[in-house]
Amino acid sequence: MMAERTRKKLPIAAIIATIPLMIESVGVYIFGIGLSVYFSFTNTVVFPDYKFIGFHQYERLWSTDIWLTAVKNIWLFGFLSIAANLVFGYLLAVFMDQRIKQEDLLRTIFLYPFAMSLIVTGLVWQWVLDPNYGLTATMHGLGWSNFYFSPLNDANTALYGLVVAGIWQGAGVTMAILLAGLRGVDAEIWKAARVDGIPAWRTYLFIALPMMRGAVATVLVLQCIGVLRIYDLIISMTGAGPGNSTMMPAVYVLQMLTDRQNAAQGMAAATTMLLPVVVVLLGIGIYRLFAGRKAAAA
Amino acid sequence: MSTLAMDIGIRAADEPWGGRPKRLTAGRVGLYAFLIISAIFFLIPLYVMVITSLKAMPEILSSNVLALPEKPTVQPWIDAWLHACTGRDCTGLHPGFFNSVKITVPAVIVSIFISSLTGYALSFWHYRGAGFFFGLLVFGAFVPYQVVIYPIILGLRTVHLFSTLPGIIAVHTIFGMPVLVLLFRNFYAGLPIELFKAARVDGAGFWQTFFRIMLPMSVPITVVALILQVTGIWNDFLFGVIYAGRANWPMTVQLLNIVHTTQGIPQYDVNMAATIEAAAVPLIIYFVSGRWFVRGIAAGAVKG
Repeated sequence: MMAERTRKKLPIAAIIATIPLMIESVGVYIFGIGLSVYFSFTNTVVFPDYKFIGFHQYERLWSTDIWLTAVKNIWLFGFLSIAANLVFGYLLAVFMDQRIKQEDLLRTIFLYPFAMSLIVTGLVWQWVLDPNYGLTATMHGLGWSNFYFSPLNDANTALYGLVVAGIWQGAGVTMAILLAGLRGVDAEIWKAARVDGIPAWRTYLFIALPMMRGAVATVLVLQCIGVLRIYDLIISMTGAGPGNSTMMPAVYVLQMLTDRQNAAQGMAAATTMLLPVVVVLLGIGIYRLFAGRKAAAA
Repeated sequence: MSTLAMDIGIRAADEPWGGRPKRLTAGRVGLYAFLIISAIFFLIPLYVMVITSLKAMPEILSSNVLALPEKPTVQPWIDAWLHACTGRDCTGLHPGFFNSVKITVPAVIVSIFISSLTGYALSFWHYRGAGFFFGLLVFGAFVPYQVVIYPIILGLRTVHLFSTLPGIIAVHTIFGMPVLVLLFRNFYAGLPIELFKAARVDGAGFWQTFFRIMLPMSVPITVVALILQVTGIWNDFLFGVIYAGRANWPMTVQLLNIVHTTQGIPQYDVNMAATIEAAAVPLIIYFVSGRWFVRGIAAGAVKG
């Protein structure tokens, strides 16, 4: 397809037009990342220091309790919030798919939190979960004095508060993407399932869901990137506290770059964050390569 | 869930399924109960914020959180806009609003223009090596920001743009490009090639074809890109706090500073009014744009 569009003469204008692309892709994603990785092997504090010192920063990183907490947190938070988001989002999508009244109104309600900044989301939920003001105070006001729910004040539960806020912000998007996926499933499939007497919930779970792999993959990619980058929500909702209990890798990197003034340590953490991304992308690339070869051989 | 089986109907393409319910079954009641409880879960935080921002502090401390204001007042909204304090500066949120406008408007225009031009060049004027640059850019869509934050600080320092308005605009363009270029490239690749060939036969060059033919045709995708960028840049916190410099701090940064400046009892009324004010622009865009917004999210999510 592309070959058809290729012109024999070198298109000078096209090269000029793509100068920003070249600058960005080479400057930021090769040179920039290369520089970050290199600095992780130095003693850079605020300004660059190019003296190579080996793996010292990585040794320090993996013997720092706060970083270990951050790594544990991102796995737990990632697993919980992605799972809850998918389940809740798919439930909403399936229920929205039942010829219900006011579908557009409900869609608007489920999606609006996504339009707002994660800073706003964090502040809102910090207030809802504030024992002196939000949910707990409301329940006390209604005479339910034993009620106590303020996960953010306890280092053991603060992460679950973040998960709730994350679901509130993102479940609507998951619903919208999965609903679009559901409506894209071939009508004949539903007829066949009905004729075979398969219950609706089984059709949704075991027939429709595997057929909308694209939509599910989209949701997963969106969620994974969101989890890896999570920063704003932590800053506004818990400030990584109480007592660093909700520390995340992205927050750790930024603290090293700003307050702690230890850029090299921050870059070691950032390089570690990049690693899973590179592994996954390489894995997908290799898989596609082999899948392509198989298709060509068949 | 299995009660839903009662509602099975024959599904027409692109339509919700489930037979048209003739009477209220237990399944239908459960269905609506679930949806309404979910809707309440999504709406309660907004409801609490709005009613709290309309109450005076004494009323907030004495009344139920969910109760409607007895004596509604817009004073918190005015205070949040004009008088709320960040440390010792008591200017309210309005400087942050104007900073956000100064950042968002040029950043949106620059990033969309460059991206649509790049997408056009990539889909119609493919040259050797273009795929390599494009591949790198797509990879960039997956890179955690933290990996490139420090090198970009160094780069901007070198050209004396660190902590300046042009600097933060450049940063938003850089981070907007991966998704936007993909969006525009896919859009142009979907246009009939005959259109391009006809323009070429008529003697239109690279730029003429772009400005006269392609740009006017790409209105729908530009609207999607516009929604994506305006809300994204307006809601940004991370880049603003790092690259914009104190004098140009966007609204999100100022909001957080106002809320975190607390003496004694938190000023719930002013804080919540400020939060709504900071969320107003993207919310309005969302309610006005409706389904376009969803298209923008879906388009932005589909990478590679």
